[in-house]
Amino acid sequence: MASLEELQKIKAETLEKMGVREAQDKIKIVVGMGTCGIAAGAREVVLTIMDELAKRKLNDVVVSQTGCIGMCAQEPLVEISIPGSGKVLYGKMDPMKCRQVIAQHVVNGIPVSEWLVK
Amino acid sequence: MEELSLHILDILENAREAGATKILLWIRESRQEDVLKFKIIDNGRGMGKEMLQKACDPFATTRRTRKVGLGLAMLKATAEACGGGLRLVSCPGKGTRVEASFQYSHVDRPPMGNLAGSIGVFLVGTQSIHLRYIHRKNGKRFVFDSKAFLKQAGGLSFQEPRLFALLLNSLEIEDKD
Repeated sequence: MASLEELQKIKAETLEKMGVREAQDKIKIVVGMGTCGIAAGAREVVLTIMDELAKRKLNDVVVSQTGCIGMCAQEPLVEISIPGSGKVLYGKMDPMKCRQVIAQHVVNGIPVSEWLVK
Repeated sequence: MEELSLHILDILENAREAGATKILLWIRESRQEDVLKFKIIDNGRGMGKEMLQKACDPFATTRRTRKVGLGLAMLKATAEACGGGLRLVSCPGKGTRVEASFQYSHVDRPPMGNLAGSIGVFLVGTQSIHLRYIHRKNGKRFVFDSKAFLKQAGGLSFQEPRLFALLLNSLEIEDKD
């Protein structure tokens, strides 16, 4: 179990950084987590995303999941929405692609066009 | 699916889609008794008899009932091929219980795999679900309670990347072998 001090330190630091941001100002990442997504590697995709967010100290990204959306052949699917610039959907994601999408799209705002699902 | 922990993630996701607010994940591994069993019990909306019978048939499911489509069929096939089986008990409005068993030493039994990853990934998207996880492995007992963990973190969510990393660490069982 995590130590209480460790948890409380994280809490204090995070609350400080969160400031007054509202939910709608946050970047959202949604990963397809139906059976099709899981079988295609969605778990590793989420683990990589969380790891990358931790490394880059990105605290106001909301990561969530959705079930099967009917594009099973394109799984793992990752939808990214950045306030003010709409939603895009990436298909056939893997840990390497995730790291690049976070660097190029989430951090720098430029979608990685070659992996987008048309 | 190559790992039992992926099947476990799949069933946890079923529970989430069924609107569960409380889930118990119970796992027992015993080399001595040559058995590996897991149970996932949720308080979601459950299934009626007709649905329950179809739940393990990959071809009888429609898109609307997809939430228990292919996943359980694959798990059933795997469990039965490994000297075990799958049991489903469900009651509409009360919840569902999925139990799978395997012969521990069976050559075809998939490895448990990254169980901490599966549970962690499930919890990221499901702040309001109370998950209790009990794992008995070769005589040792491991217990995790998501509510207690979040309470310790004082209102932070699993979405906070560093808390998530801590969560993954907390879910690791020492006796690896």
